[in-house]
Amino acid sequence: MIVLDGATKRYGSTTVLDQVSLSFGEEGVTALIGPNGAGKSTLFSVIGRLLQPEEGRVLVDDLDVATAPSRTLATRLAVLRQDNHIAARLTVADLVEFGRFPHSRGRMTTEDREHVEQALDYLDLQPYRARYLDQLSGGQRQRAFVAMVLAQDTRYVLLDEPLNNLDLRHAVEIMRLLRRMADELGKRIVVVLHDINVAARYCDRIVAMRDGRVVCDGPAAEVMDPEVLESVYDLPVDVREIDGRLVALTAG
Amino acid sequence: MTAVTNHAPTPARTSRTGVGVVVGIALLVLTVTSVFIGVSDVTPASLVRADADSHAAFLLLVSRIPRTVAVLLVGASLGIAGLIMQMMVRNRFVEPSTTGVTEFATLGMLGCIVLAPALPVVGKAAVAAVFGLAGTWVFLQVIKAVPVRQLVLVPLVGIMLGGVVGAFTTFIAYRMDLLQSLGQWSQGSFASVMAGRYELLWLAGAMVIVAWVAADRFSVIGLGEDFATNLGLNCRRVMAIGMVIIAVITATVLATAGIVPFLGLVVPNVVSLIIGDNVRRAIPWVAGLGAVFILACDILARVVRFPYEIPLSVIVGIVGAGIFLWLLLRKGSRAH
Ligand SMILES: Nc1ncnc2c1ncn2[C@@H]1O[C@H](COP(=O)(O)OP(=O)(O)O)[C@@H](O)[C@H]1O
Ligand SMILES: [Mg+2]
Repeated sequence: MIVLDGATKRYGSTTVLDQVSLSFGEEGVTALIGPNGAGKSTLFSVIGRLLQPEEGRVLVDDLDVATAPSRTLATRLAVLRQDNHIAARLTVADLVEFGRFPHSRGRMTTEDREHVEQALDYLDLQPYRARYLDQLSGGQRQRAFVAMVLAQDTRYVLLDEPLNNLDLRHAVEIMRLLRRMADELGKRIVVVLHDINVAARYCDRIVAMRDGRVVCDGPAAEVMDPEVLESVYDLPVDVREIDGRLVALTAG
Repeated sequence: MTAVTNHAPTPARTSRTGVGVVVGIALLVLTVTSVFIGVSDVTPASLVRADADSHAAFLLLVSRIPRTVAVLLVGASLGIAGLIMQMMVRNRFVEPSTTGVTEFATLGMLGCIVLAPALPVVGKAAVAAVFGLAGTWVFLQVIKAVPVRQLVLVPLVGIMLGGVVGAFTTFIAYRMDLLQSLGQWSQGSFASVMAGRYELLWLAGAMVIVAWVAADRFSVIGLGEDFATNLGLNCRRVMAIGMVIIAVITATVLATAGIVPFLGLVVPNVVSLIIGDNVRRAIPWVAGLGAVFILACDILARVVRFPYEIPLSVIVGIVGAGIFLWLLLRKGSRAH
């Protein structure tokens, strides 16, 4: 379980996370939605020990992220941030191998290599494994990053807007892959999404944030409600049922 | 669909192996050449017919071999110092001499000469290393204010920092009437290297080994703090190790051979073009190519005005600046 207990993060006088208490770990795939600036990335940073909250605690499997050894945490929790820029000239295979670093500490075993190959297979990256990251399209690079956190082989995987830059097919494939990771490998995934229809289709639970607070948290059917969505996005949203699926439509 | 690209790496890898073999052979040939160049007649033949108190063998052991070993160690270690620094700063255009580290170390050396002239070279180098460490730290602090993506701003800030410290050093040297002596020992040259006056460089060699052992940690740090933290790396410890590597290499090279500019900048960049930035893979290349580069420059310095030597730093400056300009201006360079 990932447990946030009254986590608060401020920049000067602006409160970006406001007493957030939340836990992840029951459901397979959880979507985190909310308008830009709601604090979703900040929430991930706080869980991923990249930012220290001013108040509150964050626990990962009963380990306090503020005090637990970073290396131990890295074998349980993987966080992929939103904008990833790598200056070093690395190949796709190099990058995915670094995902094994918490386990191998640089000495790759056969098991490590298997995880790397599996991750490359899962993300359809074998044809590009020897390419440098700056020789890939945005979507291919994004998949390489996802392969890296997959190779890290942690129970908890947090992905911040992983569908950025992806075409329709690869976006769907990533979502299916996340489902498989949850259903077949027992992983617990939290993913920031902007397309609420994708969230409703593939996720077991949707957490909506706004102004640093959690405003709604529940199964997809509960959040896919015109009033709820309007309160999150400040925009009239229509929800229809099409072939048994809830679909949100924006007016205008 | 993408099957064509599937085996694209094969020819590239073959040509890489080819380049590797060429570098290896060049290293061997240059090393042998370096040993046998000089005013006195030391040739393989003169060694074979050596009698008990052979002058040639004596020269070989006391002067030629030490010089060649020193050149090799300086070339390999300066390249590694540049590589490590580039990974730590996440910027291709830094090395000790463009970030103020060398200037800080020089200030330390000058301080020793002024305040404790009797201190043995090891002591002076140790003081220089402490100053170099401080210089690296200052640079890293200053650079925190500069966005990582400002590729050219980072080295510019470093050069300014070096300029300020260098000016201060020059001022002190001027007031103490040590300007000429400062110019002499800080100018990169292996002319005065002989047995008993270069052994300190083995420390720089040891730092290369340390860098190699910790190679993956430096690769991970090169991914940036977010990735490094996510992968459970103790960033501060790895940065500290990197700072020590850089400071010790800078100081020991300064104390034995003087300032050798550009090498740490040019060599890792060329290697990056050939095999990329995975530090574990890059280290033998950087060390090898660094040694080849400086061996060639040193040989050139010894033969251009034979039997006189011109300072190595002059040759390195010209050749290094040329390669650096090419790296900056070539198509696909990330500087523009
Ligand atoms: N370093 C920072 N300094 C000041 N404000 C920041 C900083 N980083 C983020 N913020 C603010 O925190 C808020 C939440 O940001 P973020 O978590 O990135 O939102 P989201 O990911 O939901 O779009 C935004 O209003 C943003 O402007
Ligand atoms: Mg965000």
